Amino acid sequence: MQVGRIAVLGAGHSGPVMARVAVEAGFHVSIAASGDPEKIALITEVLVPGAEPRWAAEAVADADIVVLAIPLHRFEAFDPALVAGKLVIDAMNYWPEVNGYLDAFEPRRESSSEIVQGKLDRSTIVKSLNHIGYHELAEDRRPAGSPERRALGVAGDDRGAVDVVADLIERIGYDAVRLDSLSAGRLLEPGGPVFGVSLHRTEFEAAVHAAAR
Amino acid sequence: MAFPLTFGLDTFGDKTNDADGQPLSHAQTIRNLVEEGVYADELGLDFFGIGEHHTDDWPLSAADVVLGAIAARTKHIHLGSAVTVLSSDDPVRVFQRYSTLNAISGGRAEVVLGRGSSIDSFPLFGYDLADYETLFEEKVNLFAELMKGGPVTWQGSTRAALLKQDVVPHVESGPFPVWIGVGGSPQSVVRAAHYGFNLMLAIIGGNPSRFAPFSRLFEQALAKFEQPVRPIGVHGPGHVAATDEQAREEFWPYYLDVFRRIGKIRGFATPTKEQFLHEAGPHGALYIGSPETVAQKIATYLPALHANRFDLKYGMGGLSHETLMANIELYATKVVPRVRELLASQS
Repeated sequence: MQVGRIAVLGAGHSGPVMARVAVEAGFHVSIAASGDPEKIALITEVLVPGAEPRWAAEAVADADIVVLAIPLHRFEAFDPALVAGKLVIDAMNYWPEVNGYLDAFEPRRESSSEIVQGKLDRSTIVKSLNHIGYHELAEDRRPAGSPERRALGVAGDDRGAVDVVADLIERIGYDAVRLDSLSAGRLLEPGGPVFGVSLHRTEFEAAVHAAAR
Repeated sequence: MAFPLTFGLDTFGDKTNDADGQPLSHAQTIRNLVEEGVYADELGLDFFGIGEHHTDDWPLSAADVVLGAIAARTKHIHLGSAVTVLSSDDPVRVFQRYSTLNAISGGRAEVVLGRGSSIDSFPLFGYDLADYETLFEEKVNLFAELMKGGPVTWQGSTRAALLKQDVVPHVESGPFPVWIGVGGSPQSVVRAAHYGFNLMLAIIGGNPSRFAPFSRLFEQALAKFEQPVRPIGVHGPGHVAATDEQAREEFWPYYLDVFRRIGKIRGFATPTKEQFLHEAGPHGALYIGSPETVAQKIATYLPALHANRFDLKYGMGGLSHETLMANIELYATKVVPRVRELLASQS
């Protein structure tokens, strides 16, 4: 599938950076916060030139990929119908030591993305973009083949969806390392072996394989 | 540049060790901190700020009391927070404390409002982090009302309403400076502009120039809200010693120790020496090195960020008071004059 349109939901710390790298990789990008796009018009104009601020429902409607980059504590009130039938990148983290505890994500028997998938049961969830600092996402991009190119994980149960997201990751400037289940997405979480760590593909693969054993 | 260049120090009041490496008590750490603030004034620095924290490593839960002590012994230096965690505090009390500090110091108080990177104050004071945005938004709104002076009428969901409430002490000669500390939230930048507060960019990792779009956003938002141009400041962590090597070697073991422990609690990887050296290098966020190295770095990033104020966040858990005093002296007597010289020759 030829992915052209991306909707980024969230205009906080990370959403605008994700939108910007997608614009610069040649995608058509919409960005939405919780309400009127007018409220994020200036932020979009200055931080994400080329992206379009829209209402969330409109942004999602014609998107090939939705990037969910809202604070996880807002997820409880998130309407699953908004992204029904869509491929959704879960870029969120359950990080209680930094952002507080949430009952819906305790006890941590499942990966946080499995819980997200459980709620968004008519969407296809792929976990990615969560384990790189928002301040690094733009800075660390490198062209394919660069010895400095950093790897990012892509975890999901749906192989086709993982391939689509992996292609996006490659296009924005990172090597994609596929993990074959949302459950394995746990390896990308805070406290995991690659969270916030800059690794090349072989190092990344070794780190997740060692931790998975 | 629309505003004069100013240079300050910020500290979280990290618990210090004595010269033999033995940890000092919280009480002694705080008394030493007063001496550091007084020394900063003697050396002519413009600002001394203390960041609110509530942990064993950072025992500065009542920073304004310490600032009051420094105020009583100084004449010129401005004194403020870095930051005040407004969301878990009462804006009325924050206003009262800083207005009192302003009175004691003869108009030298400043307040920097923000979240900080620690969340300890939320459970401590019975707040839910899930309410963070609402708490901050409402409380900044109330704080802005309080800063206007005169009786306040205000209603919200996070504290009791106020009806024509006179909040004292009144400020003597106009409002004291209010900054919003921003670590990465564009909404916070827009909010600062909306209320006509100053912008303090807290840049603690990565290339400082990546914040340049935030400065542009602030300037454009001020114009949109028909607010006058406001100062932009940079809060940058660092350490100055006689040579680059000495500065790095003094700082690195304590940086490693602190970040290893925080990383274990918060679930991120321990930084490597290579990462540290990158952050301490020309493209990283740490201002570590000889006076010349640090001055060059500040002189590079202040104009890039359209900023007129630089606050060096000094100290790291375990460094001794003596090492910190040496750092303060070099910053005030060598780095700041050199930055002024470099920037004057640029313009």
